[in-house]
Amino acid sequence: MEKIRKRRFGIIASLVLAALILLGAFWASVTIDKNKTHQDTLARVERKGQITWGVKADTKLFGLMDTKTAQPAGFEIDLAKAMTAQIAKQTNTKLSAAFVPVSSASRIQLLKNTNIDGLISTMTITPERAKIVDFTNVYFNAGQSLLVKKDSGIQSVKDMNDPKYTVLVVVGTTAAQETKKYAPKAKIIALQDYASAMQALKSGQGQALSTDNAILYGLATENPDYHLVGGVFTKAPYGMAFDHNQKPMTKQANRALKTLQENGTYNRLVEKWFHNVPGLDWHDLEVNK
Amino acid sequence: MSLLNQYFSVFVQGFGHTLLASIIALIGSLVLGTLFAIMQVSSSKTGRIIGNIYVQVFRNIPLLIITLFLYLAVAKVIKMTGFVAGTVGLTLYTSAFIAESVRAGILSIEAGQMEGARANGLTFNQAMRVIILPQAFKVAIPSLGNQFINLVKNSSILAFVGGLDLMYQGNLVAASSFDTFTTYIIIGVFYLVITMPLSYYVQHLETKLKKKA
Amino acid sequence: MSEFFNAFTSANMGYLLGGLGITVGVSAISVVLSLLFGSIVGIIQFEKIPFFSSFVGTLNNIVRNLPLLLIIFFTYFALPQLGIHLPIFWATVAAMTFFESAMLAEIVRGGLEAVDRGQFEGARANGLSNMQTMWHIVLPQAYKKMIPPIISQLISLVKDTSLASGIVLAEMTYRGQIVYAQNTNYIIPVLVVLTVVYFLLNYGLSLIAKWFDKKLA
Repeated sequence: MEKIRKRRFGIIASLVLAALILLGAFWASVTIDKNKTHQDTLARVERKGQITWGVKADTKLFGLMDTKTAQPAGFEIDLAKAMTAQIAKQTNTKLSAAFVPVSSASRIQLLKNTNIDGLISTMTITPERAKIVDFTNVYFNAGQSLLVKKDSGIQSVKDMNDPKYTVLVVVGTTAAQETKKYAPKAKIIALQDYASAMQALKSGQGQALSTDNAILYGLATENPDYHLVGGVFTKAPYGMAFDHNQKPMTKQANRALKTLQENGTYNRLVEKWFHNVPGLDWHDLEVNK
Repeated sequence: MSLLNQYFSVFVQGFGHTLLASIIALIGSLVLGTLFAIMQVSSSKTGRIIGNIYVQVFRNIPLLIITLFLYLAVAKVIKMTGFVAGTVGLTLYTSAFIAESVRAGILSIEAGQMEGARANGLTFNQAMRVIILPQAFKVAIPSLGNQFINLVKNSSILAFVGGLDLMYQGNLVAASSFDTFTTYIIIGVFYLVITMPLSYYVQHLETKLKKKA
Repeated sequence: MSEFFNAFTSANMGYLLGGLGITVGVSAISVVLSLLFGSIVGIIQFEKIPFFSSFVGTLNNIVRNLPLLLIIFFTYFALPQLGIHLPIFWATVAAMTFFESAMLAEIVRGGLEAVDRGQFEGARANGLSNMQTMWHIVLPQAYKKMIPPIISQLISLVKDTSLASGIVLAEMTYRGQIVYAQNTNYIIPVLVVLTVVYFLLNYGLSLIAKWFDKKLA
């Protein structure tokens, strides 16, 4: 008797569980499609009273975690704070800035998933990315370059076009794609963050580290045996990014950026972060009022 | 499914690297693990101390730290790629667990057998090789099988050091296709292709062993 | 060499060890939750309910045979595609609980099977129901035996939280990476500190497991 009851229970429970799994899978496939269109970022930001920015925590000059305060610091962090205050003024709402460290590999996913509202994370504006996120106007003009050991004899990216060379890049950066075009024969290894990539360069995992010059300058300051070569071989203008089809938010951000550039705030931040970087003239980065 | 078609060769390449790293690390850690297990049960005091320290150290620190250490620090002196660093890291880490399994296997063999063999004029090493280890391995097989499954799963650590494995390729695909959900499901299936048959085989061995006992 | 010691500023070390709190927090919460879910799954498998037990067992096997790193990435990066947004700390806890429950289910099942069958029959003969037997007689004994393997799972969890550095959870390993991002010469001292801290924590735990092992034997 009990055996039969147990058997009946087993069958029913199995069916229920199977149904739940199928239902879950169905729900998942439907939801994924539905969630591709998101709610209005500006409305969400105003409701929360906060803009959550995805920022770098491992990139000197732009966004680097300060171990004393456990808060990131850098040009982009200061710019994000100024942007937040300016957008608050424009929209007449109280807004505070919050920061979430992101990696290059994951940042767009986090933005699309609305873990964060906006990105200001050394992100280059590219046509492919513009298809899936909304970019603001350019806030920083970077360009891809090459960091090599001073005695390596490598002069430019063309010298790297040889199977014996390995170029180190970071997952999710434009350099990861662009380098292939300029040195198709070289091996390319993508690492998780700039610190690992720099250390990998120093331990001989590759002969060059390629990414935006502004980031490479930051790495070169602490590693005097290494220098930038070959100038800039692709332009890499940085833009802030919001989720796709977020016109109101992008418009507010562009207006805020323009105001900050006109009222001198932008130039003050440029001076604060870039005035003593060897090999870089910070006046070149200033915008004309 | 279009994602699978589009990136199929990438996934397969990753799968190959994962498989290769797992097999190399399995062989390496079997050899190393057995060596340290014998040291742990040997009569030499220094042998026991070295064996114990090795096992305790590699069991108790994260595989990621071992791998980063190899890739970022040791590689300054000894050149190695991320794939090599990851595979060596896996070997060192897994060998500590295998040492434990083999040691338990050895200890499960009656002490009398060792004494008997020694009394018959075999040296410690001979007795170990001919009498004890074959029996110890038989006992340890299910637990070794589980270690191999863990090893395959842990090989995903290669993604942290550019090791070209499944996880690494998966992250690259996710970063360029932006369909994280599908990418990771596909990657998961690839892992299961290796680990599920192994896991059922180990279960089968376990029940067989139990029946005998 | 001086570069080596430059890394040991109080700010750097304070920041690094602050990550220890998160590492321990994630592991402790996950192990408690996994024990709960793992017990349910383990008991279902042990009870050998027709169809249901083997079905649940298969699902459990699938989870057990996936890399934890994949589950962590999936939870944080892919679940939001379904509208499930977890803060990074809880995403890690959820991923680890999901994975670890499957591991603990096996331990619970093994622990239950190790309890003498005669005890069931004795308890049943004394008029206890199935549930009562499980709850009052079998589980307490099984759990006692399971303490050492559960502690070794906790050790695995502590080590595995380092994987969450991949999703930028500010646990100890990630914080280490941040410290050496300031100056790549700090990489060796940081890794040494991380090694020592992880080792002390886990070795301590393994001694506790050993102590229980002896006491229970």
